[in-house]
Order: sequence, then C-alpha cells, then structure tokens
Amino acid sequence: MLEDQIVRITSRLVAPFIQVYGIYVILHGHLSPGGGFSGGAIFGASLVLIALSFNLEAGVKQISHQTASVLESGGALGFTVTGLIAIALGGNYLANRAAGFPLGEAGQFFSSGAIMVITVFVGIKVASTITTLFYNIIEKETPHGNSKQAD
Amino acid sequence: MTDILNILLLLFLIVCAVGVAHIRDLLSAVILFSAFGLIMAIIWQQLGAPDIAMVEAALGTGVAALLLIAAISKTKRAE
Repeated sequence: MLEDQIVRITSRLVAPFIQVYGIYVILHGHLSPGGGFSGGAIFGASLVLIALSFNLEAGVKQISHQTASVLESGGALGFTVTGLIAIALGGNYLANRAAGFPLGEAGQFFSSGAIMVITVFVGIKVASTITTLFYNIIEKETPHGNSKQAD
Repeated sequence: MTDILNILLLLFLIVCAVGVAHIRDLLSAVILFSAFGLIMAIIWQQLGAPDIAMVEAALGTGVAALLLIAAISKTKRAE
C-alpha cells in the first residue's frame, strides 16, 4: 500500500522490539502494570504495522487470516477451560487458591497460579482480534461475495 | 513544576481536539488524532494510571490511527 522506503525500513527495524515488549507485558501482567489486554494490543499493533507498511501478503506471511481466527477462538476457549478446571478441582469458576493451584512465591515470576495462564490466553485473544479486524478492513470485496486479498 | 507540565499537556490536548474537528485533510486529521492519543497517554500516566496509559498508547495512538489510515486508503483523502 505505502511505497515509502523510510516507513518500510523503520517498521522492519522496530517490529521485533514491539513484539518482545508485548510478550513481556503479557507475561508480567501479574507483577507490573499491564496484562493480557495491554500486551495483546501492543503485539497486535506490531502485526498490523507490518501488514500496513509492506503489503497484505507480508502480513499474511506472519500470521494468516485462518490462523488469526483459530487463535481468536482458541484464546476464548483456553480462558473458559482454565475457569472450568477450577470447578473440577472443587472451587468456584476461575477460583485460584481455593481450587488448589500452586501459588508459588509472591513477587517471583511463577507466582500467581492460574492468573498467568489466563493472562496469556487473553493476550492471544486480543492480539489475534486486532489482526483480524485490520485484515477484514483491508481486504477487497469481490462481487462473488468471498473476500480477495488487496495489493 | 508538575503543574506547569500538566497545564501544558491539557492545552496541547485541547488544541489537538479542536484541530481534529476543524482540519479538512483527513490524513492530517488522523495524525492529529494520533497526537491527541499520545498526549492523553501521558496525562493518564500523570493521573497515576500506568496500565490505562499503556492501553491508550497502544490502542488510541497505534491501532486506531492504523485502522483509520486503512479506511482512508480505501476511500478518498479529501473531505
């Protein structure tokens, strides 16, 4: 779409750092500000940035439309299953300590039982939702009804 | 010192908001809206809500501007 060399080189340089920062925010959601939604939004923004500065094919090579849809549903499914595991272990829905998840040592990285798992699933869900949102806007509609990729 | 910074940020915020409403070029309006989101993120940080600031910087500045640019690239740039 954009045929600008400066934009392309800058986004190619910056995108890996944005992705690492997004993963960091997701994984440290129980220790520092941020969490699944913030980190997922940062990670999804990097994928959208690649698809916008190069073209849709370069973005689809990173994460295809089908994969984004599967990850979107899988994130919601993982959240639900993590909540149901707590019921199976004898607590309420999404119960953490009452259901007997190992809590670990407070302040350490593995320290919050099921909360970190839930945060990771929320991050996957939000990142793939933002990517799917962008793909749906940028794709060309063909007269036959099925969507065709824009250049 | 912090009061002066906050007042300056709020003034910039008002200028950006009025500019987004008044400017005729849509791409310039999107860029001004992005600047609005960035200033808003700093204001959230000043108000003591760093997680909201993080979301505002990622969504309000990044993703919203990218989606609007995508919409402009599908339609016309002038109003």
